[in-house]
Amino acid sequence: MTPIELPYSKRTLENGLDVIVHEDHHVPVVAVNLWYHVGSKNERPGRTGFAHLFEHLMFEGSEHHNSGYFPPLQQAGALLNGSTNTDRTNYWEVVPTSAVDLALWMESDRMGYLLPALTRERFETQRDVVLNERRQNYENRPYGFALMALLAALYPPDHPYHWMTIGAAEDIRAMQFEDVRDFFRSYYHPSNASLVLAGDIDTGRAFDLATQYFGDIPGGVKPPRVSAEASIGRERRLLLEDRVELPRLYIGWHSPAMFADGDAELDLAGDLLANGKTSRLYRSLVYDQRLAVDVSGYQSSRELGGFFLLVATAAPGRSLSEIAAEIDKAIQALVEDGPSPAEMERAEAQAEAHFLYRLQTVGGFGGKSDQLNAYNVMRGNPGYFAQDLARYQSATAETVRATARRWLRYDARVVLSLVPRGQQVLALPGSESVSVT
Amino acid sequence: MAVDRSQLPPVGADPSFTFPAIVHHTLPNGLRVRAIEHRSVPVITFVLQLAGGSGSDATGQEGLAALVADMVDEGTGSLSAIDVSDALARIGAEYDVDVGADATTFTLTTLARFADRGASLLASLVTAPSMRESDFDRIRQLRLDRLRQLKDLAPAVAERAFLRLVYGAHAYGHLPIGTDDTLRRLQLADVVEMHRARFQPSAGTLVVTGAMSAADLIEIAGRAFGSWQAAAAGAHVTTGMAVSAEFPDASARLAIVPREGAAQSELRIGHLSARRDTPDYPALLVMNAVLGGQFVSRVNLKLREEKGYTYGARTGFDWHKGLSPFSLQASVHTAATAEAIKDSLAELDAIRGSRPPTHDELTLAKASLTRGYPRNFETAQQVARAVAQLALYGLPDSYFAEFIPKANAVSEAELVQAAARYLDPHRLTILIVGDYSSIGASLETLEMGSPEVLPVPV
Repeated sequence: MTPIELPYSKRTLENGLDVIVHEDHHVPVVAVNLWYHVGSKNERPGRTGFAHLFEHLMFEGSEHHNSGYFPPLQQAGALLNGSTNTDRTNYWEVVPTSAVDLALWMESDRMGYLLPALTRERFETQRDVVLNERRQNYENRPYGFALMALLAALYPPDHPYHWMTIGAAEDIRAMQFEDVRDFFRSYYHPSNASLVLAGDIDTGRAFDLATQYFGDIPGGVKPPRVSAEASIGRERRLLLEDRVELPRLYIGWHSPAMFADGDAELDLAGDLLANGKTSRLYRSLVYDQRLAVDVSGYQSSRELGGFFLLVATAAPGRSLSEIAAEIDKAIQALVEDGPSPAEMERAEAQAEAHFLYRLQTVGGFGGKSDQLNAYNVMRGNPGYFAQDLARYQSATAETVRATARRWLRYDARVVLSLVPRGQQVLALPGSESVSVT
Repeated sequence: MAVDRSQLPPVGADPSFTFPAIVHHTLPNGLRVRAIEHRSVPVITFVLQLAGGSGSDATGQEGLAALVADMVDEGTGSLSAIDVSDALARIGAEYDVDVGADATTFTLTTLARFADRGASLLASLVTAPSMRESDFDRIRQLRLDRLRQLKDLAPAVAERAFLRLVYGAHAYGHLPIGTDDTLRRLQLADVVEMHRARFQPSAGTLVVTGAMSAADLIEIAGRAFGSWQAAAAGAHVTTGMAVSAEFPDASARLAIVPREGAAQSELRIGHLSARRDTPDYPALLVMNAVLGGQFVSRVNLKLREEKGYTYGARTGFDWHKGLSPFSLQASVHTAATAEAIKDSLAELDAIRGSRPPTHDELTLAKASLTRGYPRNFETAQQVARAVAQLALYGLPDSYFAEFIPKANAVSEAELVQAAARYLDPHRLTILIVGDYSSIGASLETLEMGSPEVLPVPV
């Protein structure tokens, strides 16, 4: 076995900011990665989409650099971006080693001094940009509303996973400039943030620079943890019409939260059921019987609770009912007999490889800096990488079987038939029509 | 120590950049091997690039090169398609095939300790695929189904319609997937024939990058690919004809593929422009960075940050060995379609001289292309793919080392000259995929007459 490690050092500044450093001198770049523990889970019904819109505003300037965030960093050769999901918001720069100071100056200025630079005009423009992001990625995309409809049925209206991070269009339109201030004060401060410096930098210097740029920012009050429960005591069947050629079936279940017991097992179950040509459902649905043109599945690990999803698109002339029956057969076989020894061997080899591949880049989405922050924010332990891998290495055929049996039940799931417009008859029987806008 | 927030901190001198040594070797069968030692993580990447891609699909056979590539991992020897995927999974391999206009490229990454297994599996797939009728039938049907689904995907509709408009009947004018009509007519015999003619060691370059010495990498390559038999002397080996063909001489036009009720209009604005081997390549890259090649570019700042018309707008060249298209791409709010087009046209015109790049724009464009350059070569796969590009376009091994000074040497005058030469407002094709009934009237304000109404490509 190849040793697979992600070493680091961690300190917490007096104002509560976690600082984590990882050295990797292969390429003369440094990754700066900053997580704020806020996402759409911190929103309320009627105010959805705010966390993500706010992320856009972080790129519009701060008090001491009162214009776009991109130009000075691109001028220095940086690559940069940010993203928001249900649980967290992250921002990152990958800069040449010579521009670390600049990146830290910029990140600390928008953490400490954002509000003086925010104008109503910038807010309104970004609101339009976000409405266009929503049109491009959801409204004008085939099958774009499916997950929105499925999650809305899987979680009750007051559960923060009831809506997707992009938010409802009417909520985005109704957003008030005045709300920006409260949101910033509640969530964007050192005690709700975690900073990673990874790459071509000495650990001592990295801590010194982090203290220098972020140490003076007032700590703020750590926001209370969000908690919410969800369960579904029956099978709900939904029908959604869209501008598509081929009907598609979505089946969603509640599943363990990120890193909770059973989370890794369901991840493995997703692979063996529906990921790639070796998976059981690809074999039966696409390869052998040609009922479907594609099939996919995954465990979505999230902070308040996960969901497990299987998706298959019907081949022309084949029905969603035929596909649903095959999927149920595959689940039945998994919960009764579990994975085969060959499937477990394959899963172990893939886990080792995937964890190793994850060590190839220092920055960006999913790079080493992003992973250290994920472990720190979600587990309070940047060193969780080793335990994370161990979860996969210690999974057995029996734990995968038992976990699948516990969660992938016929009587606690949402089954969504997405069909071409005007062809409701192609949905599974007993489906209730829903609409999303 | 308090932070001085009255000014941005200075940025130090750029770290020096050297591209790792590329060791050349040619196997007795003619396969060119390029080996690069890369030791950050114990993985190894193989990139096998074969000359010829979708741009050399013969007329009436559009989609063939992609079908051939797709059939490669559908079985070899006693292994079925499923067995092949299983064998890849057992060594934790990532396998990928890319069919470009000018080349077909197979990439396999695995753990360094599985280097020989990975190499020999890749060699078996590429040199001795099973080519079974039942697999062909399934693969072709999946591609036909995919084509059908693309009809609902606005960016794909736009891409297909735009290529057809600018290239006409030329072989670059279709996506690798081909068309419904041609896919239906292609037979397994066509696939077998193209594989025989195209998949020759002398038409290939194998780049191997990984955590061992170049000599060891070359040995691994030799063990796996040394027995690949070249075609008999004199046998016809095709590598594509697209480069030298004639191109249509278009004039400015406006076209629309109606998409009723669409929330946004998908735009493509451009024309055929330059070849990858143009000596003006660095000037064109810098020009494009100013115009629309990055977040802080004229087009994105105008359409997104100033007007809020779109989530993002960009411009770029889709580089080919032959004449390559330049285009602006954006998905804009339906109500803003005509205004977004006008703003775009104004920017495409201005950079040709009426509004040359400012000193700051020029500095920023060059910096964004050059100062972060080393991060493009962080992983074994990035390095291997970069070296494969050298082979594809016939560029020297010193290319990456020379890129930074060449880009930095581009002057304002050279940039404007390149824009004036390679961007021509009088030849622009403006294509919209959008809700014609709601934007039709506003398009009249473009003063280009009624748009040509096109069907969704099939």
